[in-house]
Amino acid sequence: MSGPLGDGSDHKRSDLDARSRSVIGCVRDRLEGPNTIGDSPAFWVGFAVAVAALAVYPFTTDPYTIIQSSRYLALSFLALSLCFIWGYAGVLSFGQVAFFGIAAYAFGIIGINLSSTVGVGVAVVGAVLAGTLSAALLGYFMFYGGVRETYVTIMTLVVTLVLNTFMAQTAGSEWAVGAAQLGGFNGMTDIPSLTVGVGETALVVEGVGLYYALLVALVAAYLGLRVLVNGQFGMTMVAVREDEARTTTFGYDVPFVKLVVFTIGGALAAVGGVFYASWGNYIDPSVFGIAFAALPVVWVSVGGRESLLGAIGATLAIERMRTGLSSGIGPIGSEWALVIVGGLLLCVILFLPAGVAPRLDDLTGELREKRAERSQSTATTEEPAE
Amino acid sequence: MIAATAAPLTFSAYSLIALLFQFLNSFGFIVLATVGLAIIFGMMGVINLAHGEFILIGVYGTALPFHAGVPLPVAMVGGVVAATVFGVIVERAIVNRFYDRLLDSMVATWGLALVVSQLLLIVFGSSLDSISAPMGSVAYGPFSSSVYRSVFLPLVAVAVLAGLYVLFTRTEFGIKARATIEDPETARAMGIDTDRMYTITFAIGSALAGLTGALYAPALGSITPNRGSTFLVEAFVAVVVGGPSVIVGTLSAAGVLSVFNATGSFLFGTFIGQMLLLLVAVVALRALPNGISGYLDDWQQRRRVEE
Repeated sequence: MSGPLGDGSDHKRSDLDARSRSVIGCVRDRLEGPNTIGDSPAFWVGFAVAVAALAVYPFTTDPYTIIQSSRYLALSFLALSLCFIWGYAGVLSFGQVAFFGIAAYAFGIIGINLSSTVGVGVAVVGAVLAGTLSAALLGYFMFYGGVRETYVTIMTLVVTLVLNTFMAQTAGSEWAVGAAQLGGFNGMTDIPSLTVGVGETALVVEGVGLYYALLVALVAAYLGLRVLVNGQFGMTMVAVREDEARTTTFGYDVPFVKLVVFTIGGALAAVGGVFYASWGNYIDPSVFGIAFAALPVVWVSVGGRESLLGAIGATLAIERMRTGLSSGIGPIGSEWALVIVGGLLLCVILFLPAGVAPRLDDLTGELREKRAERSQSTATTEEPAE
Repeated sequence: MIAATAAPLTFSAYSLIALLFQFLNSFGFIVLATVGLAIIFGMMGVINLAHGEFILIGVYGTALPFHAGVPLPVAMVGGVVAATVFGVIVERAIVNRFYDRLLDSMVATWGLALVVSQLLLIVFGSSLDSISAPMGSVAYGPFSSSVYRSVFLPLVAVAVLAGLYVLFTRTEFGIKARATIEDPETARAMGIDTDRMYTITFAIGSALAGLTGALYAPALGSITPNRGSTFLVEAFVAVVVGGPSVIVGTLSAAGVLSVFNATGSFLFGTFIGQMLLLLVAVVALRALPNGISGYLDDWQQRRRVEE
């Protein structure tokens, strides 16, 4: 099959026996593989430190900043979803925000109509299903038609733009689902917050609570995706990305693989959408707008399309920067934020096509090699002396 | 985007005429919105996601001189020139690095689109004054149609397609350009400067986008930096439905789509018209994955094999 498959797995097998004795070794074996960057103990220590830092972050800052940070975490799901389908299966979608938005609107509609704590649970399930099924439906039409890759990208964008037009014209009172007004340009308000538990004892998840819920969910999604892409299905995905025709001759059902990948991507985006709607208690048609649709592509391109962690990191960094620009920190105003974001995308794709994270990985790899070479060369110079 | 003739549904001769004008209006719009994109896609495989911004440069290039007192036709030439120059710069600086990475070229041109539309906003403010449409309108029964949008622009659209047909089939440039698409390596071996062909093709595509912008500058209402996206849905859908062949694809897609769009818009309003476009595109994608022109090519080849 494809290049990455043969690379590391052989010598990995040999030290696998020793490692699989411990539980940690077993877990690491599932999480690591040729399809993800960062397999060293140093990486996992760094990862644990980063998660711990994000966990103690709320104690070091004010509530407003935490609420802002929750938003970045919710958007990270969107980045993960694009990274998964583009980076691992080669399907470039400009429409992940569509599934994000559909889920957000569905969560609002169900949550407002069933205004109870059970209702919120139903709304979460219903919204994620709505986002996932829309992705499956669109995916069916695209992949089973056998369309070329550029058409997939265009169609996802067209669907998003038409949804934008659709939601923007729902201002009238006739556009309501039960008690939920769609609200046109002004958006849908009074969307409930997430709750845990039932009835009187239910806990509303907001503020710091929402932050932690998002952090746990995001880490779980990241680790889950790592297991998935390094497993058998992940290998098939990468094979499809590298060479569709060859994968077909090996007997794989390529449209089906792509449909599954696209559906999982839709589900991830939908989860983000639910968090996003409950975070702001609000959603408006700009989630389907061209400016918002551009952001996932920017995050993933900058972070590195084949690095899940890079995509998350880039999301947090770029969104933090945008918040900074829009509140007027720095010498220039908020209107320059999009210019900077677009320019960043252009520069990365021109000069650093793989993105930042894979480049960093290459650099550390080179460094390690150089160090190993040096120790080797000192060893060889010492030899004759003996 | 397309002026809806909201009128009671009395099916008289008048409403048939109104429907015809609506069709012509849609047809002209779709052909002109698509043709610049289709040339660049058909000849080079590159989807220019900054297409809306190229059109926008045509709009601004027309509106700014016009508001400074230049007569409209001369101002329109300014719009075309602005878009062409911009296109050549973009091709030389960005697009030519991506001819073997099509998905990356889409990402790059999208980055460009964000920068351009935001810069237009920063430099020229949130809107320019609108330009009133020339040529007036004709009234018949309860309806009236703009002559400029429903008669003049569709004629220009047909003229543009005819011009492209002549350019690509009857001139030396056209033969070289088609040789370059068919087989770049052999073309290069025959002494054709393929790089130059790509630049010229991209310039033609940009010029046509600029022309579209110039022609629609008086028909847009207020001119704002997000106007570019009004052309995008129609252009993308037409390219998907039409397929890779520029003239056959654009013509057939515009014909089919404007029937649905015009009928939908005429009966239920512009919004339903646009939803119908999307629906047709999704179904076409499933049935004709290479578009109408791709299907015609297959059919021709099959017939040739049978003979």
